[in-house]
Amino acid sequence: MGGMPVLTTAAEGATRDTWTLLVDSFWPLVSAGLSATIPLALASFALGLALALVVALLRISANPVLSAIARFYISVIRGTPLLVQLFVIFFGLPSIGVVIDPWPAAVIAFSLNVGGYAAEVIRAAILSVPKGQWEAGFTVGLSHTTTLRRIILPQAARVSVPPLSNTFISLVKDTSLASLILVPELFAEARQIAAFTYEFMVIYLEAALVYWLFCLVLSSGQSALEKRLDRYVAH
Amino acid sequence: MSRTEPTSDAPLLRVRGLRKSFGSNVVLDGIDFDVRRGEVVCLIGPSGSGKTTVLRSLNGLETPEAGELAFDDGSRFDLSAGVGRRARSALRDRSAMVFQHHNLFPHRTVLQNVIEGPVHARRIPVAEATRRATELLDRVGLTDKRDAYPHELSGGQQQRVGIVRALALQPDLLLFDEPTSALDPELVGEVLLVLKELADEGWTMVIVTHELDFARRVADQVLFFDAGVIVERGAPAHLLSTPEHERTRRFIARLLHPLDE
Repeated sequence: MGGMPVLTTAAEGATRDTWTLLVDSFWPLVSAGLSATIPLALASFALGLALALVVALLRISANPVLSAIARFYISVIRGTPLLVQLFVIFFGLPSIGVVIDPWPAAVIAFSLNVGGYAAEVIRAAILSVPKGQWEAGFTVGLSHTTTLRRIILPQAARVSVPPLSNTFISLVKDTSLASLILVPELFAEARQIAAFTYEFMVIYLEAALVYWLFCLVLSSGQSALEKRLDRYVAH
Repeated sequence: MSRTEPTSDAPLLRVRGLRKSFGSNVVLDGIDFDVRRGEVVCLIGPSGSGKTTVLRSLNGLETPEAGELAFDDGSRFDLSAGVGRRARSALRDRSAMVFQHHNLFPHRTVLQNVIEGPVHARRIPVAEATRRATELLDRVGLTDKRDAYPHELSGGQQQRVGIVRALALQPDLLLFDEPTSALDPELVGEVLLVLKELADEGWTMVIVTHELDFARRVADQVLFFDAGVIVERGAPAHLLSTPEHERTRRFIARLLHPLDE
């Protein structure tokens, strides 16, 4: 590289350079993570969860048509690669006249994906609440909807925090795919730096490290949330 | 909290022709009985005899294929038509249920459990519901557990909260599904005592139970169920001491002397 001192050996220069490169690129990576990866993951997860709740309820519903629709949706989402879903939305839809910008395209693809996976988690969590809780809700006069909202879902939420946290952490990592549809997120930044410096090993390992740091923080958030929701359960 | 005196001679509830089957297995085969205001009716019989199904039908938790419930205010529920949502809600306004496994809401405190129905179903203001709930909790000696979660209570305390949750709905009819069967033996007494006090206050109660001694002392009427029919009915002194039917005799003997052949 340009400013290398003349009298150092090639190896020493490389080491020092590597270190400088690591330090110099750390903040751009973290910054891209904070400004793009995390917001992308949060927005997609929030929308995806709302969608998943609807799909889970349809899936449980006694109406065979609604239940079949939900099953079909879950099957398609889980049976096709996320990258393909993303490409269909960003590169495919324009060919039928629907052009979506990178950001919204990514949010749509990730939300639909989370919707499919989390629906099964939520469905299992709802079914794990004992039938007696529904009956107790009914006998104190609550309607089906109110019982679901006030009695069943809060209990299902507690059960579903660990698996949903998994979904969220997977999602944070999967947002790296958005770099392929031009969203300037963490991995897109890493690819750019790597292409510029040719230090693929160093930069991609550093990108991995930054993802890992984000996930560590999120995992500790999960523990805190579990603890909070566990306060009414005997240990 | 005692109920108003009976205003007419009609029974509070007439149960007529309850029928239910699962495939070829007949669970209820024509159940008829009356419940008068202020009366305690105990349903006894072997498990699978249909007594719990009858009790749950009174609260719309089971849907028999045929039968009618008629209340003394003239409201009728034709169960053969399949109870619709509105009818079921009207039916549930009349009665409140206490479950074998209490079914308290684990994510809500004792007080929140008790006011859930009054506030979110009956639309009573929170302050008013809280005042009444506190009175009721005080009556069963649980004032200091108001803000505890159900898992922090003993089994007997949980069941007393279950009873208070039912009372808070101010129902015409209290329904109990084996309220002491899931309790440790030493905790049964405190729950039965509450039931006896409620009976003394004039609450109308239908109780599925295996506590024959309790039935003998508190019930006005005992119905003995076997294989989906009421085999025998009558005052407890008569039915429990000198039953007429062999099946009743065998059942009572088995409860009193489980080791005898």
